[in-house]
Amino acid sequence: MAERIQTYGPAAALLALVAVFAVLSPQFRTLGNLQNLLDAGAVLAVVTIGATYVLILGCIDLSAAGVMGACALAVSLLVANSRTALDLGPLGVLLVVALGAAFGCLSGVLSVGLKVPSFMTTLGVSAIGLGVATVLFAGVQPTVSDPWLLQWASGRWLGFTRLTYLALATVALAWLVQRYTRLGRYALAIGGGEDILRLSGIRVGRYKVAAFTLAGACYGLAAVMITAQLGSGIVQAGAGLSFAAITAAVVGGTQLAGGRGGVAHSMVGVLILTVLANGLVLIGVSPYAQRAVQGVIVVFAVGATLWPLRHRLEVVK
Amino acid sequence: MIEVSGLRKAYPGVVALDGVSLQIRPGEVVGLAGENGAGKSTLLKALVGLVRPDEGTISVRGRQVRLRGVAEAAAHGIGMVFQEQSLVPNLTAAENILLGCEGSGVRLGVYRWRRLRELAQAQLDKIGSRVDPMARTETLSFAERQMVEIAKVLAIEERTKEPPVVLLDEPTSVLETEEIETLFAQIERLRKHASVVFVSHRLDEVLQVCDRVYVLRGGQVAGEIDPATADAADLHRMMIGTEATGSHYHDDLHTPPERESVRLSVRGLCGDGFSDVSFDLARGEVVAVAGVHGSGREELCRALFGGRAITAGQVELDGETVRLSSPRDAVRAGLGYVPSERKVEGIVAAMSVAENMALPHTGALAREAQAVEEWIERLRIKTPDRHTAIGTLSGGNQQKVVLARWLLTGSLRVLLLDHPTRGLDVGAKSEVYRLIRDLSASGVSVLMLADSLEECIAMSDRVLVMKEGRVTMTLHTPPGAKPDPVELVKEMV
Repeated sequence: MAERIQTYGPAAALLALVAVFAVLSPQFRTLGNLQNLLDAGAVLAVVTIGATYVLILGCIDLSAAGVMGACALAVSLLVANSRTALDLGPLGVLLVVALGAAFGCLSGVLSVGLKVPSFMTTLGVSAIGLGVATVLFAGVQPTVSDPWLLQWASGRWLGFTRLTYLALATVALAWLVQRYTRLGRYALAIGGGEDILRLSGIRVGRYKVAAFTLAGACYGLAAVMITAQLGSGIVQAGAGLSFAAITAAVVGGTQLAGGRGGVAHSMVGVLILTVLANGLVLIGVSPYAQRAVQGVIVVFAVGATLWPLRHRLEVVK
Repeated sequence: MIEVSGLRKAYPGVVALDGVSLQIRPGEVVGLAGENGAGKSTLLKALVGLVRPDEGTISVRGRQVRLRGVAEAAAHGIGMVFQEQSLVPNLTAAENILLGCEGSGVRLGVYRWRRLRELAQAQLDKIGSRVDPMARTETLSFAERQMVEIAKVLAIEERTKEPPVVLLDEPTSVLETEEIETLFAQIERLRKHASVVFVSHRLDEVLQVCDRVYVLRGGQVAGEIDPATADAADLHRMMIGTEATGSHYHDDLHTPPERESVRLSVRGLCGDGFSDVSFDLARGEVVAVAGVHGSGREELCRALFGGRAITAGQVELDGETVRLSSPRDAVRAGLGYVPSERKVEGIVAAMSVAENMALPHTGALAREAQAVEEWIERLRIKTPDRHTAIGTLSGGNQQKVVLARWLLTGSLRVLLLDHPTRGLDVGAKSEVYRLIRDLSASGVSVLMLADSLEECIAMSDRVLVMKEGRVTMTLHTPPGAKPDPVELVKEMV
């Protein structure tokens, strides 16, 4: 029973939220709003996939803000822009995703090699990323003029932007990786019992670094998406997204302790947060109160998912 | 198959293995018997590379090997079914069986689930198990998981292309009778594929299943027994040896409990793992609770100290009903608890002896300094001074500090001891026994989960036998009328 609640609880909560908003606001039930919703959730979805791969291990990744800042500036300087003469187009985007992966790899190598908790290493890597971003920014904001990249956010096909399709494709790919590849399955196993894997002679460190790298690549891609939306590269591209992504993952049922949940769960969490933000605006909750309402709902949701696992002498840190 | 010669392993304060030599032949089921601390688990761990011996050699199929981990042992065809189980709970049974050696089940890092399933099924078929290979491991029963473990160990065969050696560490301790019979049938089946080393506390089982039994005592092979000609009593005699046990347990210090004065009265206590438990503890009485893993005795002990929820029933202390909803309640009521996991729950390693001793007491440390010094002296705790970090002391001295913690204020009424002598050497054990005798003489009542049957019987005035969460029998065990351990085992399983 407890397990059922954990597996299906978040999805039920999402349906309930949708139902409540649909009743309270006629505007919420429109196709136009669905398009808005998915567009608004696209970037968060990609960041959350990255965070999920690390959470599954039982680690935590707080580097999204810094990595995204560095990647946002890098991409705006590599494609046609107002500051450099470069015009690499798609190649630039690929390079930036690789840059994100490199940051992720750095987090992984530091965590595994130095045996430092990922909480600290990823905070450090985030700071490095913000530093790199600030250096690249150099006081002059680069404006993107590459029409191909700007099209990602503005052009629509069947009513949805390319960002939405990109996010959906990334989700599908991440789900396949998690289900059908050794990396995905071992990441889950590491969260379930790392010592058992070590005893089986599996080189756990490699898979951990790989998961961090994959997360970094996701942040790189998310930075490109945000830059396409904003039309310029800014240092704060990823501000607050680490926290939002981890919240989404946990609300969806991916556990902080690792080994439970996954891409599908986390995406339910992303939808819950996105629907909440969208719905609260539409039913007229004051923008000042919205964050507080969101916070209450998040705490409640996490409390509810962990409730069946409580244990009297448990030490929670 | 395997030849072990002169294996020696010493830990600070304890010699776990002291020159062990033995052989395991192909297709043979070899039993290992011995009391706790006799060296059984150290020997098994040495065979799978988890413990590196200080001296001696291990040879597999005539070639001397140096094992540096489970993976290397597996490469030589040695696998172990761990007592605490070593399956990843959130993976499927198939993944666990093939963990780290998926073979053709994974191509270029991509899982071929159908192939994986077939490979795992082949291993499960060997032992005739009907476990679904695609079931998530945590959804399986304990017995099913054990089958998965055995299948996993058998998968070693596919790599070495030779019959493996399967080490079974107490595989029956948590199984039901029917499941045990199934397991024995599996062991018979295993003979065709492998050599088996079988470790169990249940002597009748060892005799039933094994072709030969090695008896370990104090880290040495005390002898070899042929089950065809020996019975459980012979085996037990060899396990305990001829040492006079009376002085070890300080029988001379035993004081009869004050039967008419009930200290702790438990009525109809229920909780997760135990139900309808009732018993009385007289002033100065030592009661041992016997039971196998899963009997509920650990849970009962934790619940009495407020560490687990009590769902029904009541507890009276000196005639007054007490509510035990947290360890704080228990301490205030005059209960003390010595947990079995000393390093994790018993001590705070980085804190000093004095701080550890004064841990439950909120008074200023300065005021307690004198009391701490006094107890260090009275219990002969070997420490440079009271400011030394407790982690640097030997296990026996650490345990004395943990015990002293409850004696500091003199308000202790009932002491709950969860395996108080676990991991201690003989001398340290004897000192703990002496302390228990002293406490009993001063009127403290003791509820003890003993580390071995011998200890259980020797130290107690009464033994409660627990089985499947209930007290099934009470035995009086006053000095001079101690029952035969073999009888007690029969009641436990």
